[in-house]
This record gives sequence, C-alpha cells and structure tokens, in this order.
Amino acid sequence: MSGMNVPATIDQIFILFTDWVAHFFPAAIRPIVGVVLGVIGIISVFPGLFALTTVFERKGLGRMQNRYGPNRVGPFGFFQPVADGIKALTKEDVVPFRADGVLHFLAPVVLLAAVFMGFAILPVGRNMVLVDMDAGLLFFFAMGASTELSVFMAGWSSRNKYSLLGAMRAVAQMISYEIPLLLSSVVVIMVAGTLSLPKIVEAQAGYTGIWPHWYVFTPWGLAAFLMFGIAATSETNRSPFDLPEGESELVAGYFTEYSGFKFAIFFIAEYLAMFSMSGIATTLFLGGWSAPLSFLNVLPSWFWFFSKVMCFIFIFIWVRGTLPRLRQDQLMNFAWKFVLPFTLLDLFVTALWRFMGEGWARWIVCSAILIAAYVAMGRVGMFRKNFAHRRYRYAE
Amino acid sequence: MSPIFYLLAAITVAGGLATVLLKNLVHCALAVTIAFLGLALLFLSLDAQFAGFVQILVYIGAVAILVVFAILLTREAEVPESSPAGRVFSKTWLTGLVIAAAVFAMLGWAVLQSAQALPNETAMPAVSVRDIGNALVGRYVLPLEIVALLLTAATIGAVIVAMHEKEAK
Amino acid sequence: MTPLAAYLMVAALLFAIGLAGALTRRNAILVLIGIELMLNAANLNLIAFWRYGPHPELLTGMMFAIFSIAVAAAEAAVGLGLVISIYRHARTTDLEQMNRMKG
Repeated sequence: MSGMNVPATIDQIFILFTDWVAHFFPAAIRPIVGVVLGVIGIISVFPGLFALTTVFERKGLGRMQNRYGPNRVGPFGFFQPVADGIKALTKEDVVPFRADGVLHFLAPVVLLAAVFMGFAILPVGRNMVLVDMDAGLLFFFAMGASTELSVFMAGWSSRNKYSLLGAMRAVAQMISYEIPLLLSSVVVIMVAGTLSLPKIVEAQAGYTGIWPHWYVFTPWGLAAFLMFGIAATSETNRSPFDLPEGESELVAGYFTEYSGFKFAIFFIAEYLAMFSMSGIATTLFLGGWSAPLSFLNVLPSWFWFFSKVMCFIFIFIWVRGTLPRLRQDQLMNFAWKFVLPFTLLDLFVTALWRFMGEGWARWIVCSAILIAAYVAMGRVGMFRKNFAHRRYRYAE
Repeated sequence: MSPIFYLLAAITVAGGLATVLLKNLVHCALAVTIAFLGLALLFLSLDAQFAGFVQILVYIGAVAILVVFAILLTREAEVPESSPAGRVFSKTWLTGLVIAAAVFAMLGWAVLQSAQALPNETAMPAVSVRDIGNALVGRYVLPLEIVALLLTAATIGAVIVAMHEKEAK
Repeated sequence: MTPLAAYLMVAALLFAIGLAGALTRRNAILVLIGIELMLNAANLNLIAFWRYGPHPELLTGMMFAIFSIAVAAAEAAVGLGLVISIYRHARTTDLEQMNRMKG
C-alpha cells in the first residue's frame, strides 16, 4: 500500500476505525453501531477536555495573578482533576430540608442533558459529525434555550433567597444575550445559505493563494465574531459576566445549596457549554476544521478544530483573569444598548456586502460603516459620564 | 401505531394533566414545559423539524420562562404551599369539567366517525429549511410582515402595561 | 385507527385538558397556561393535517403552525404583563376575588 495517502488516512482515522468496528456486527444494526461509537467518542473526549481545562484555567489564572496554580498533584499539577474528581465524588450530598427534592435532583441532570445534546451537530473534522441535520444550527440554539430553565429550577428548588436571586439574574442575563447570539449567527447563515453546520464549514474551506476564506477575515464577519464571542461569554456565565455565580457577591449564586457530585455536574455542564459555544464559533467564523494556511492541510482536520477550540478556551481564561466583573445593570445596558444595535447593523452591512458584488469597494464601504458605528456608539455611551483622570499610585 | 408515538403521547398528556392538577404554581409551570417538550417531539415524529425546533426555542426557551417570572413576581409575601382557603380549584369547577368533557367528547366523536375517510400513510417529500425560507419571503411575505408588526406592538404594549407607574403628583 | 386519527385524538385530549385548566383554576396565570396548552393542541392538529394531507410540499400547515407559535408567544407576553399589572393593584392573582369592575 505504498500509494496510501498518509495525511488523508490520519485525517479520517476515526471514520475508518468506526467502519472497521461496525463490520463485526450484522448489516442491519451497523448504522446504530456507528452512532453509538460516535456518542461514546463525544462522551469521552469532551469531559476529558474539561478535566484538562480545569487545570489549565487554575494554572493560567494563577500565572496571570503572579502565583503558581496547583502544582502538587502529579507533574506540574496536571493530575489535579483526578484529585478534584475524587473529592467531588466522596463529598456528602447535602440537600436542604425544605428544598424541593425532585426539582433539586433533576436540575443538574436536565442541564447536563441539554448541554450534551448541543454536541450532536458539531463537525469535529472532515466527515466527522454525529448527525448532519438540515436545521443543525437551529437545533443547537434550541438546546441552548433549554438550559435556562434548568438554571431557574436549580435556583428555585433550593428555597434560598441567594439562590433565587442568582437564578433570576442568570436567566435574565441569558435571555438578554440570546438575541445577539442568534443574530450574529444569522449573518453567517445569510452568506452561507444553509443552516447545516458541515455545509457552512465547506463554504469556508477554500483558499485564495494561501489565505483562507474564513468569515472572520471579512469586516462583517469580524464584527459578528466579536459580538458572538461577547454573547457566548455571557450565555455561559463566564467572567466578566459571571455576577450570577459571583464568588464574592452571591456566595455561589444558583448552585449555593449543591454539594458533592451535583456541584461537579453543574461545573461540568458550564465548561461543556463553553466548549460547545467555542465549537460553534469556530465552525461559523473560523472555518471549522480547515487549516489556517493552505499548505498546512497535511495536519488532520480534527487537530485544527480542537486547536481552534483550545485557543478560544485560552481567550476565555485570559478575559477572566483580566477584566473586572460587570454589575447586573451594566450588563443589561451593554446587551440592549450596544450589542443588539450593533448586531442589527451588522445584518444590514452583510446584506450590503452581498449586494455590492466582488471587488475592493465593498471592503471599504462595509468596514467604514462598521467602524463609524462602533465609534459613534462608544462616544454616545460615554457622553454623560464624567470620568476623572485616573492617577496611579504604586507601592514603593 | 409505533410505540414511540404512544410514549410521546403519554408524556404530553401526562404533562398536561399535571399542569391542571398540581397545587404548587411552579410545579405547574414546569409540567407544562414537559408538555411543550412532548409536543416538540411529536412534531419531529411528523417530519416537521423546523416547527419542532422552533417550538422548543420559543415555548420552552421563552414562554415557559415568562410564565415562571410572572409566577415569581406575583407571589404573596409569605406563600403557603396551598392557597389560603385550601382550594386551588374555583367554586364552579364541576361546570368547567363538564364543559371540557363535552368538548372532548364532541371532538373525539368527530375524529372517530371520520376515521375511515382520513388519509393513510403517505410518502413525505423532503422539506428543507431552504424551502421554508423561500415560502416565507415568497408566498407568505404578507403574514410575515404582519407578524413582525404584531410582535413589535406586543413588545411595546407588554413593557408599557407592566411598567411601574410613575407616582401621580 | 389511522396515524392521523391518533394524532388528532391526542390533540383533542390536550385541548380538553387545557380547557379544563382554564375554566377551573383560580389563579390567573394558570388560566393563561391553559390557553397556551389549547393553542399548542391546535398547532399539533395543523401539523398532523399538513403531514397527512394532500399537498405537503406547499408547506401551508407548517407555516400556519409557525405563525401560530409566534402569535401565541406575543399573546402570552401581553397577558402576563396584564396579570402582573393587576397584581400590583389588587395584591392578588386569585380570580375569585376579582369580581368588581371598580378599580
């Protein structure tokens, strides 16, 4: 087999493995075996990535705050998730006496189920998507909308005023940022012409010279990408939008009364939501599994997908360690008075982009409109605030 | 009929029954969410994928949350588990039940009478989202624009109705 | 029973349950929930008839159902706004105590 194309084989290695396993089963249930293997893959890879991310986050945040992160368990502290897992599994499961037992138990389960469903339509590599649905992106947003209700269930069933307050803040925040999230992806749907995620990736898989056709390299794509990133950070309750779970404000927000394994499930669900949002952002704007430069296509497609997702995770951690937390009213103001109008304008600019046809004119016009709008909204927003010039005093 | 249909129908009807029978308001709201989910799955079993996902997105993601917020905003200060008089049903519950049973009897009779005349399994042409999009801006553009106007009016109206009234000087 | 008849029976049952809820419960919000259940039952009817009807490629039933979902959401928003507004005034959502027109 000397004519075998090694990079293509490594690229499709998981598909070939699935086909090889399926041959041991009768032909009638081969599709089911394929799907089951895909599900096993998702359930093992993404929680594994979650374990890695927890240690990255703690060490990354530690370094940004000029300290070491965890460095005792294993080489450089990389077995910390194992220790965390053992702790979470062996802790006593405390349920408050007056808590609503059934809802208290079901809330983390519903959240985890809804978040896992979001991975079903993610194209992880070339030909590697669990279900290629015609309305895939709509399915993803429907699953995202289902998570809000379980957050509320968690907060309400604890019969704790802090939890309820945290839950209502979290739900209000998630609803407010859901509209910019959807509108910035509508922009991509408009240009790609389809809701099916593998087809959106294929629409971005071309190269001019060595530069890729990713949507993030267009003016409207960059604006939509930034708004999607902001909305995704807020949907998953990450800093700087993490007031609902603010550790210094609300004890722990809507999961105050959860301990042990249920808390671990909430934690897993939050990080998995972060992964699926990063995955969708990669698919919509960063070209999914296609390589950044055309000659880098020798590396497998799933490698590029996961590298881009890990870049996103790094940006999430970076933003968490850098920016201060937004207050609830500042958060809502930001959503309704800046992000939403900007995404609406972006919709219009994308339509203009398609209408103007090929050429350099559309680049200039679209970029000019977006930059002018951004500057104008920023100026208007700062108009009535008087800020004194900040004086820095350092400890000598 | 396939067992999946019976399971989904059982989930939906159970959710609906729980909604009207439970005492605690928030439990009722969550039971109606289960009914919405059952209905979305029934839509999916009828090959209406777009309608099913829109049902989840709009009803579970928005209407259920609206209902839950309204319940939380209209609680009395110390809410006992059951209403003050110990009743959740009004004094005239029997009349309501009889009317509902009569409506169901009539509808059921109509369906069963015409069961022979109803069409059987037909092949389904694949409906893509692109067709729905074309239909929305082609044949159904007038309803689309009117619904947009309606939603704007409803948003503004709901905000004005539920706004805190300014103190009359 | 043909598949269509089965779906129609489920829709009729759900409609009757929603109607019973709207007619017998005391809380105003539960009446609104009952109305939402009735609208959902009607949507199920529409989609079932679209699927088993003569011209499914015309998408009439699905369009009707989607517009119905949109209108029901708008109506739920306005209705719940009204309930909140009345609660602020009357301090209760109990329908049996709202038996006067005097504000």
